[in-house]
Amino acid sequence: MLFVLARRVANIVPTLAAVIAVVFLLFSVLPGSFVSAMNEDGRTTIDPAVMERMRKEMGLDDPLPERFAKYVAHTVVGDLGTSFRTKEPVTKLIGARLWPSLKLVFAAMSIAIAIGVPLGFIAALRPGSAVDTVSMVGAISGLSLSQFWLGLMMMYLFALTLKWLPSFGYGDGGIRYLILPAVALGVGPMALLARTTRAAVLDVLNADFVRTARSKGMSERRVVEWHVMRNALVLVITTIGLQFGSLMGAAVVVEKLFSWPGVGSLLVDSVFQRDIPTVQGCILLIVIFFLVINTLVDMAYVAIDPRIRYR
Amino acid sequence: MRKGGLSLWVGGGLVALALAVAIFAPLIALTDPVMGANLMNAEIPPGLEFPFGTDAQGRDIYSRICYGARISLTVGIVSQILNSLIGVTLGLTAGYWGGLWDDLVSGLTNLMLAIPSLIFALAIMAILGPGLVSLLIALGLTSWSYSCRIARAQVLSLKSQGYIQAARILGYGDLRIMFTQVLPNILGPLIVIATLGMGGAILAEAALSFLGLGIRPPFPSWGSMLSEARDQINTAPWLSVFPGLAIFLTVLGLNLLGDGLRDILDPQSTTRRT
Amino acid sequence: MTTDPLLKVDGLRIALSGSKTTYNAVEEVSFDIGRGEAFGLVGESGCGKSITALAVMGLLKRPLSLGGGRIVLDGEEIQDASPAEMRELRGSRIGMIFQEPMTALNPLSPVGRQIAEMFVLHQKAGWSEAMDRAEEALRQVRVPSPERRIKDYPHQLSGGMRQRVMIAIALACSPELLIADEPTTALDVTVQAEIIDLMAELCAAKGTAILMISHDLGLVANMCKRVAVMYAGRIVEAQPAEAIFADPQHPYTQGLVSSLPRLGERSRRGRQRLREISGVVPSIQAYPPGCRFNPRCPRATDVCLSVPPDITPLPADSLVRCHHHG
Repeated sequence: MLFVLARRVANIVPTLAAVIAVVFLLFSVLPGSFVSAMNEDGRTTIDPAVMERMRKEMGLDDPLPERFAKYVAHTVVGDLGTSFRTKEPVTKLIGARLWPSLKLVFAAMSIAIAIGVPLGFIAALRPGSAVDTVSMVGAISGLSLSQFWLGLMMMYLFALTLKWLPSFGYGDGGIRYLILPAVALGVGPMALLARTTRAAVLDVLNADFVRTARSKGMSERRVVEWHVMRNALVLVITTIGLQFGSLMGAAVVVEKLFSWPGVGSLLVDSVFQRDIPTVQGCILLIVIFFLVINTLVDMAYVAIDPRIRYR
Repeated sequence: MRKGGLSLWVGGGLVALALAVAIFAPLIALTDPVMGANLMNAEIPPGLEFPFGTDAQGRDIYSRICYGARISLTVGIVSQILNSLIGVTLGLTAGYWGGLWDDLVSGLTNLMLAIPSLIFALAIMAILGPGLVSLLIALGLTSWSYSCRIARAQVLSLKSQGYIQAARILGYGDLRIMFTQVLPNILGPLIVIATLGMGGAILAEAALSFLGLGIRPPFPSWGSMLSEARDQINTAPWLSVFPGLAIFLTVLGLNLLGDGLRDILDPQSTTRRT
Repeated sequence: MTTDPLLKVDGLRIALSGSKTTYNAVEEVSFDIGRGEAFGLVGESGCGKSITALAVMGLLKRPLSLGGGRIVLDGEEIQDASPAEMRELRGSRIGMIFQEPMTALNPLSPVGRQIAEMFVLHQKAGWSEAMDRAEEALRQVRVPSPERRIKDYPHQLSGGMRQRVMIAIALACSPELLIADEPTTALDVTVQAEIIDLMAELCAAKGTAILMISHDLGLVANMCKRVAVMYAGRIVEAQPAEAIFADPQHPYTQGLVSSLPRLGERSRRGRQRLREISGVVPSIQAYPPGCRFNPRCPRATDVCLSVPPDITPLPADSLVRCHHHG
């Protein structure tokens, strides 16, 4: 297990290095980069002299390789730079936003798993039944919704009209504030999980070893409990891991909609404020989080499927 | 069997409707989507005169949605053509030539998979600035990894079966083999991926425009309409309802169509989304 | 015949429901298996022998279903038994071994547990007792160091070892009948004989009858007392094993026999080519009228093209289905 972990972590390193390079280069090389864009934007008009000083301060006039080396050196030791806007360390800004974001993302995923996986299971065990039809129509509809529109509609219905829940914000950090954004965010992965689980279970039900299990004289319920579940789980877990990626993308929009003080809304605000170190930091953090999740998924895989250790 | 057919027809119907609305927008729209403002008509709820109501500037929501279809579908189609071209080119050549190039492409694919595509697109939009062209670039460059993997896998499988070697012995050139021997085999899965990808791109466009990074007001994209509508959700909820429904029905159509096409074009379900 | 047979299949018909029409994948299949007897069912792939076995197990799936006929186990008709009654039978009174030892075992479950399930299901054993007995069962099928092997996963075992595990599962509850569907086809030739011997030996010791299904006439004839040959969904010939080699009656069986290489043959009869049967098995949707073997038959005449042959009983409990047998 430890060996596998070490190997997965080693696999991450080149990807992470590439991500750091991309994040740096994106915001350094392409035309219309930061400081010049600060002007065009029309929101902030900066005196050319001030701009010149800022460029100096930020070291933007140094040669590119030198800046890149500096950036990498700082990033590797966890220094993500200083925010252009607040002059605070980016790590501190992000740190303050981390917990709300994690809370939202995990709540959304928990909802998705708790409903999507059992629904897919039931649908697969009764193919063609009313449950199957309804949940699969629901699933493809869920996949076709834009999360922020769903959020907007729920906000109107449950917060503004029925006044059951607060319409936006983090409030006291209580669960009442969490429900709407988490549901809005969770519906997409829920729909996908229901579909994947159904497909995985149907796949497994056709496997030879399920026929063996039936030839042993097992009840259909035992067949599912003893032989289908675990095998279907392997596929479901992969989906869960990959879904975190699009979930975090969607989280940015949902956080913005509900004024949720997370990393996503920090990212969007920083984009508009041209606060590049913060933008870079947020993106880097999101990618690292995604990589960590997928490493955990790999580990879960190894725990479930004995074949993987020997590959 | 009948089910696959049903989703194909419902999906195809919805997509055809969206396409028709986009193409004939100038004919079916009641007013100009941008200039048709009339403060006398501000925030009128849906009714006979304005089927979907009007916004704060008195513009007809129905007309704006008709024109919005043009942007959504343009973004969907063009971005998926770009993604397919990039993915197929990289995948075919990587599988075919192997070696260092293959390693490089695989690394690039892993990189693309490591960065959530909406976040990547958001970063590109931040640099390029808002607008349709930036959107096409941002969404066209960020989700080619599926088609790339499928193209590469197909080359490798044909290679292992000796097809490619046989074609080479017959004197076929590299490009000819790639385009006449490999590409036809993956056309089906590619069409499925592109169809489903179009839905994803339309959702991404809406999200980016909603954040203010995509199409900016006053131009009518479904996402930017929602962005404006958010502040009036309390007083004029219809501003939010109809653009969202338009997105939902179009993307639902594409997803159903993709599912239906998969049953026909990709019976082994290589494109099943995970 | 002296006593009732253990298994009596009588006029079995298996229906294949297409989108528009229903075909008979198997029809008019009848055979008896006595207690402790080894009976072979031979035919090319697609002739319906495997689904006949699944029908006996009550495991036919979706497009396939029982269309008619009787299946009698130990004097009791089971063709209309409820799912719960069939579950009682499966595993405890009828065991089954499948062709693919690679995929027939659950890859995520240790083999010991997969054997132990049998004792938990049918003999109300607790898990720890069941595991002990699984170890014993592995010892019986001569898996070396069973105490370690019970914790192994299928992918850690060779094909032959996996098939031994399958045998251990199928025979765990000492069933009256073992159905072996191509049990050695996927194995190396060197392992095949070991597996066959093991099966025969264990079944003899437990008094278990065998329904052996294979495309390999030689293998079946070696192991079984009586052999039936199936072609295109019907039994075309049934004879005692020795007789089927010495005196095959149906042109198809004759083709099968003469396509087998035999040791010493060349020295006795001089150099001779092995003969193959030309053509392929017709698909279910395109069975020819008359005798189904007529497109491939060297003896086919006009009557074969229009009239399906009936069963001709022969001495010694044998039968053949051919207009021109002999």
